[in-house]
Amino acid sequence: MQNELFEYALRLGDNNLILGQQLGNWCGHAPDLELDITLANLALDIIGQARLFLSLAGEIEGKGRDEDVLAYHRDVADFRNVLLVEQPNGDWGATIVRQFLYTTWQQLFLTKLVASTDERFAAIAQKAIKEVAYHARFASEWMKRLGDGTEESHNRVQDALNSQWRFADELFDMDNVDRKLAKAGIGVDLAKLQKEWDARIDTVLADATLARPEPQSAMFRGRNGHHTEHLGHLLSDMQFLQRAYPGATW
Amino acid sequence: MYTTNLNFDKNKKESGKVEALEGGPEAEAFQAKLDQDLMVEPKDWMPEAYRKTLIRQISQHAHSEVVGMLPEGNWISRAPTLKRKAILLAKVQDEGGHGLYLYSAVETLGVSRDEVVALLLNGTAKYSTIFNYPTLNWADIGAIGWLVDGAAIMNQIPLQRCSYGPYARAMVRVCKEESFHQRQGYEIMLAMANGNAAQKEMAQDALNRWWWPSLMMFGPPDDNSPNSAQSMAWKIKRFSNDELRQKFIDVTVPQADVLGLKIPDPDLKWNKKTSHYDIGEIDWDEFYQVVKGNGVCNRDRLRARNDAHQNGQWVRDAAMAYDEKRRKRAA
Repeated sequence: MQNELFEYALRLGDNNLILGQQLGNWCGHAPDLELDITLANLALDIIGQARLFLSLAGEIEGKGRDEDVLAYHRDVADFRNVLLVEQPNGDWGATIVRQFLYTTWQQLFLTKLVASTDERFAAIAQKAIKEVAYHARFASEWMKRLGDGTEESHNRVQDALNSQWRFADELFDMDNVDRKLAKAGIGVDLAKLQKEWDARIDTVLADATLARPEPQSAMFRGRNGHHTEHLGHLLSDMQFLQRAYPGATW
Repeated sequence: MYTTNLNFDKNKKESGKVEALEGGPEAEAFQAKLDQDLMVEPKDWMPEAYRKTLIRQISQHAHSEVVGMLPEGNWISRAPTLKRKAILLAKVQDEGGHGLYLYSAVETLGVSRDEVVALLLNGTAKYSTIFNYPTLNWADIGAIGWLVDGAAIMNQIPLQRCSYGPYARAMVRVCKEESFHQRQGYEIMLAMANGNAAQKEMAQDALNRWWWPSLMMFGPPDDNSPNSAQSMAWKIKRFSNDELRQKFIDVTVPQADVLGLKIPDPDLKWNKKTSHYDIGEIDWDEFYQVVKGNGVCNRDRLRARNDAHQNGQWVRDAAMAYDEKRRKRAA
């Protein structure tokens, strides 16, 4: 069970680490000052969650790897995040779509994880769920503004949705780790989240006058270490100092 | 962070003149407030030149906060630990918040944020020269917190008592956050200075590059700062550029000693008679060149601000259109 618990914490940590890293790149460049501050806030929450999950992963593994060793000293194949979060920021529409698809899922996921029989997971979920409620509201409101704003914003956000949609199904995909932990009452039955996720997504898309794309799948799974090309570049940027000056204390 | 005092004419050598205040009872009431160290509030009568000086100073200050997000933002993606990344993100976000308070303060003087931002984007308005220097290694993030925010604190503490209420009150909150920023910067320097040889080298390199530009943040020397006298008379400014610069030097030199780093000034020495540090000549030509737009990063900074503005246009348009549609539906 220890391997599965480690894997589980790592997946949750990596999802947040990669997403937080991407959001941080908006700092200083957002469409206005208020959005700049809001996005930095989201990035801070999400990186904070990543740190908690990665520290927990290191603790479960018991080999002395802390959050930084896990974040900075693994290569692409060892990252366990879903493909959705490693997709590039693109324009504001692409960032909002990515956030909307992910955070809607994350909110439902955390609602179940707070009841985990492993109190370490439950405690992180309890803290994160308050933050994520705001993230979900923010992303949904912006989906509506962009979808039902101008013709240009509608087209941009619809394009972003069409292109990212294929990464959504990975969020609900159950493998052996998920099944084992769900059965033990520690993890979440992801497949059971799909219906509610669909309902929430459809409500927002309807308000936003956006069309739900046809079902698609990316075929590959980030959790198996099969990533898109974007992740390698993200890591080479993020890990630069730790790789260039191994063993240094910062 | 804060704005360099840029209200000067480098060709003017005579000491600044203070305009005599003319006018009726309103002008007398304004003067009486200054004399009693009371604050002038947005609805109070004020001389047009006072209003204009404040609009210029506060908007430059706001622009400096926002442009100042860029050199530090340059290292968010590469922060060496997750804790450092979170601290840096929070810090840069604070600077954006300072920009917001300051734009709100300037709006109390009868101009809109859009108007003053347009002047930044078209290159007319100035911002602190310090942000036209590049951040090349991680220790630069430490040096900015330690030196640049340290200089900012020196300058902003007296601004908490400046005569214009909204500006003074904005400074109270800003100063609290800046002192946290300064500490985190110094802590980065401490870790680097106590680190391995490469880290020490980065720390020294950062100090070498940021020391003189930080001293320039206080603005030109007093004998070449003609508008200072008027700002002092209006109690916008409480200490002269040279007084604040000296204070900063006196506080900072011992901090460099604790780090074991060398201040890049062969003429730096303690003067027993004055109980202050004497320093070598500041290269004011460099300062004026950077003010004129010839610093290493002036063009990049302005381009980044303009890109963000232009790339965000469709987003702001969408938000406006959406609000309009909602209002119509509700009506």
